[in-house]
Amino acid sequence: MSTSVEPRGWAKAALHVNGWFVYMFFYAPIVLLVIYSFSNSRNVGTWGGFTLDWYRDFFDSSNARGALSNSVKIAIFSTIISVVLGTMAALSLERFTFRGKKVFDALLYLPIIIPDVTMAVMMLLFFGEFFDVLDALFGLGLRKGFWSISISHIAFNISFVSVVVRARLAGMDTDLEEAAIDLYASRWKAFRYVTFPQIVPGIAGGALLAMTLSLDDVVITQFVAGPGWTTLPVYVFGLIRKGVTPLINAVSVTMLVVSMLLVVLSIVAQRVRRSG
Amino acid sequence: MKTVVRADTETATATPEFEKAALRQESRRGLFLAMPAYLYLIFFFVISLFIVFIYSFATRNRFGGTDLSGWNLDSYARISEPIVRDVLFRSVWLAFLTTVICLVIAYPFAYFLSTRRVAVRNIMLVFVMIPFWTNFLVRNFAWRVILGNDGPLTNTTEFLGLGSAELLFTQTAVVLGLVYGYLPFMILPLYAAIERIDRRLLEASRDLYGTGLQSFRHVLFPLSMPGVIAGSILVFVPSLGAYVTPEILGGAKTTLLGSYIVTQFLTARNWPFGAALSFVLMLVMLVTTIVYFRKGGRTL
Repeated sequence: MSTSVEPRGWAKAALHVNGWFVYMFFYAPIVLLVIYSFSNSRNVGTWGGFTLDWYRDFFDSSNARGALSNSVKIAIFSTIISVVLGTMAALSLERFTFRGKKVFDALLYLPIIIPDVTMAVMMLLFFGEFFDVLDALFGLGLRKGFWSISISHIAFNISFVSVVVRARLAGMDTDLEEAAIDLYASRWKAFRYVTFPQIVPGIAGGALLAMTLSLDDVVITQFVAGPGWTTLPVYVFGLIRKGVTPLINAVSVTMLVVSMLLVVLSIVAQRVRRSG
Repeated sequence: MKTVVRADTETATATPEFEKAALRQESRRGLFLAMPAYLYLIFFFVISLFIVFIYSFATRNRFGGTDLSGWNLDSYARISEPIVRDVLFRSVWLAFLTTVICLVIAYPFAYFLSTRRVAVRNIMLVFVMIPFWTNFLVRNFAWRVILGNDGPLTNTTEFLGLGSAELLFTQTAVVLGLVYGYLPFMILPLYAAIERIDRRLLEASRDLYGTGLQSFRHVLFPLSMPGVIAGSILVFVPSLGAYVTPEILGGAKTTLLGSYIVTQFLTARNWPFGAALSFVLMLVMLVTTIVYFRKGGRTL
């Protein structure tokens, strides 16, 4: 008979307490922030009765709305591109062998582990040197703003999308794909009718994640945004540095809710069992 | 598909030419799929890192611009200046502190998680993943509200008769914010490592009259080492480069490497020096990760 390794006595109690502590630590500040965003008080951390005024101020402010619309445009555009590139990258790594595969694999991890600040500096200097060159080559009329921010967001989002899609591909049975090929389906048809329907949840999960990361980014965006261009997080960050007002609570809670919603949807999508 | 090709090679050993052609075609297709992302990453990570490297040897001119001619090591030499050294030491110290605190909180939590039923565990994991991905800026701002003047924390401590707790704009607040921000980065790899450990090894150590502490020290902890290291890298590196947290929760005396780099670019307009510092930060990250993978680590 084995000795039980289940912790008992004080050890068990300590583990439970620590567990509750971790969740309290994660969620109590968020709950407090939500509560205070409805507080009718000039001081951000004082309760002064219920009000929706700060939310009304937020939606009335043309600066905030402008920043919000920029954020959404950039998020949608950068998500679409990074989903296409990230999915292709994931397919190539999970289903093919080619020269330079190991280097590519390592390179894909770089955007995930690199500190924000370093990446921001890299992008700033890159655009400083290359925007004119790219403009001359492709005549895109590139200016710092929408393009520089989107291009930077795509640069880190490709990696996150490919990680999520790869996890889906790796956990998938290759039997069906092989059967399709054996039955003379072309590679494209096998992908279109067999592989793709099965990885849709992974792609959706990756897309939602990419959208959150794009909507949340501050540091890199702040570095590459040109004059007159701002996204919602950069706008909020600027406000916080000037001085904290209850308006920021309302904007923050709105961003938090959107961000959490996308994350939860992404997690749900990634857990959907094979659908096709 | 590589499996299909492999199946072919088993049956069609008589036609090596066919086999080779098929392999070549597979390789071309793989490369074709990888190419757009590959080029993108080479452009924005390899070339731009090279540009940062070149800038770090340049000179700042009188107008805040950068002269790329006349290479020198001045920017790297400045790292030994007392002010810069202070920032570096403080960053390393606070990042280290953050890592240790995260480890102490996350380890028992990850172990606890691994002892739960699978259904419960999955739900618990989701609630760790949510803060992992949600808006970092807002999550740090929440602490600004809590720690602020006349905020919930000071009101509570005053109510309890402990006087007002003035944490905001101190190093403690910065470490708190960093721990709050990066704790999930420690929990997830730790959990992945602990969950993989064969329970029977722990049972064996108990059967052989090891105490709980002894099984932890000689069995559980050594086996979970890959998770400990992966989590520590994932917390230490971004803490070292932190910018948003010290900006929101810290004061004038809590400048960390990340904020210091940003200042060089956006305020002081000394791009070569900023480039040198970011290159050093990048190097720390690359060296720790490469050493980790060389030692056989897999999860990150």
